[in-house]
Amino acid sequence: MTQKGDVIIGLEVHVQLNKLQSKLFCGCSTAYHNSPPNSHTCPVCLGLPGSLPVLNRKSVEYGLRVALALNCQVQQETYFYRKNYYYPDLPKGFQISQYDFPLAVGGSILIKGDDGERKIRITRVHMEEDPGRLVHAGTIDRAKYSMVDYNRCGMSLLEVVTEPDMRSPKEARAFLDKLRTILEYLDVFDGDLEGSMRVDSNISLAGGERAEVKNISSHKGVEKALSYEITRQRNMKRRGIRVIQETRHFDEARNITVSIRTKEEAHDYRYFPEPDLVPLRVADWVPEVAASLPELPDARRESFVSQYGMTDDHAKSLTSDIKVADFYEAVARESPPRLAAVWIADVLKGELNYRGLTIDRFSRQDMVTILEMLSSERIAEDGAVQVIRALLDQGGLPQDIVKARKLERAGDQAVMKAVQEAVAECSAALEDYRKGNERALNFIVGQVMKKTRGRASPTEAFRLVKEAVDRMDA
Amino acid sequence: MISREDVEHISWLASIKIADEEKEEFVAKFNSILEYFHELDQLNTEDVEPTYRVVDLANVFRDDLSRPSLPPEEALGNAPRRAEGYFKSPRIV
Repeated sequence: MTQKGDVIIGLEVHVQLNKLQSKLFCGCSTAYHNSPPNSHTCPVCLGLPGSLPVLNRKSVEYGLRVALALNCQVQQETYFYRKNYYYPDLPKGFQISQYDFPLAVGGSILIKGDDGERKIRITRVHMEEDPGRLVHAGTIDRAKYSMVDYNRCGMSLLEVVTEPDMRSPKEARAFLDKLRTILEYLDVFDGDLEGSMRVDSNISLAGGERAEVKNISSHKGVEKALSYEITRQRNMKRRGIRVIQETRHFDEARNITVSIRTKEEAHDYRYFPEPDLVPLRVADWVPEVAASLPELPDARRESFVSQYGMTDDHAKSLTSDIKVADFYEAVARESPPRLAAVWIADVLKGELNYRGLTIDRFSRQDMVTILEMLSSERIAEDGAVQVIRALLDQGGLPQDIVKARKLERAGDQAVMKAVQEAVAECSAALEDYRKGNERALNFIVGQVMKKTRGRASPTEAFRLVKEAVDRMDA
Repeated sequence: MISREDVEHISWLASIKIADEEKEEFVAKFNSILEYFHELDQLNTEDVEPTYRVVDLANVFRDDLSRPSLPPEEALGNAPRRAEGYFKSPRIV
């Protein structure tokens, strides 16, 4: 069934620059999520007669950041166009977009391909305004009318278009994951917000016509929609039916793609230059924007390997989300870096994923404490896993959880024996301690170390000695 | 030359209904507009740079500051039909 290498996929990704304060052409706030419908609109984004768009300077800066991070060429001069079509999500009857002079062209990024690293070429990056959102009472096929919310209308969008360089649904997903990581590093995008990234894709089998699949709103959805589409096209090919070029809609609930042969398909957008906006000449901003770019995921991954001596797999896992990378570096400043890498990449991330939680949920200090208890051998590895789970499920403090669940490592028999002997032998030091000389215990610890020939860790030995003495006095 | 079919197509794109008896009238009007452009085409523009604009202005911006939006009641003020705070539109599939 799976013949390799004959699948061709290209993507058009719509990215909302939702870290901006205001919309693309007006001062309406971008913080409309969880707000009542039509509470974030004004004459400009409602397209009322006489209103004029004025471009948000920071939208352009953010656009340039993305363009440069995707290794694109910023154009000397770029224009906005009107893309005309009638649909209730566009109150003006057109969308302000870009056409033959986009912001940037000709970039590429590296993704994890099915067999090694793969370079995905970026055709173009252009700016446009987001349309509004349609809501249906009841199910979409039974609703008598559509309801429109223009809160989203006029949000800054970037459209990132790739060349048909992906060879499987998995690679398409890897591209989107990588793109999201880069956007979050650039601090222009919050992928957790609903509708922040929407994908259209072109897919064909070698030698066949391509189908366009629209309306995919999640990374998982992309993989599913494309897998469905490949099976559909293969089945047609096998039965000798020609695949026609068409637009299909991904039905997320049913996990299938359905043909949408509407009049909308007769793409006749009658693009013309937007007379209300002047050209952009921002190529000379490039040096400054380039200088302000943060270390991007690939570079950070390399520096994690060289700086902390971790494996490339761990570095990749830790840098795939900027929040995790920052968390790691904060913890590694106070803990053994390699141990921290293993525990955050292999354990903490897994436990968070399993619960659908993000790293914000976990305290850096708690992680430092757990790693300290591990390296001093106060708790064993499975104890540390239990502490992490309990912190996520019930909260509390690591020390308290260790006590309550009796996770302290049963001391090595030889060490325990050495402690008992040392305490019994050092009655003078014990007297001093009881008189209030805390440091007298160090002498006993020294004896333990001598008896165990250094096998016990000093922290552990101190703790065991103190416990033994306190037990005697209790 | 603009044909009757062109007029029908344009009317569909613009979502404006044109009655059958009006169509010939629009064919004539569209053609007279195009004829005027043909007249402009006669001009010698050999030494003139092509342009999209009549004023040489670029880079007009505002700062990324948010300001209050319209109250929803006002935003919906002109809507012929509304429901639960939404604009109501014909169902679109």
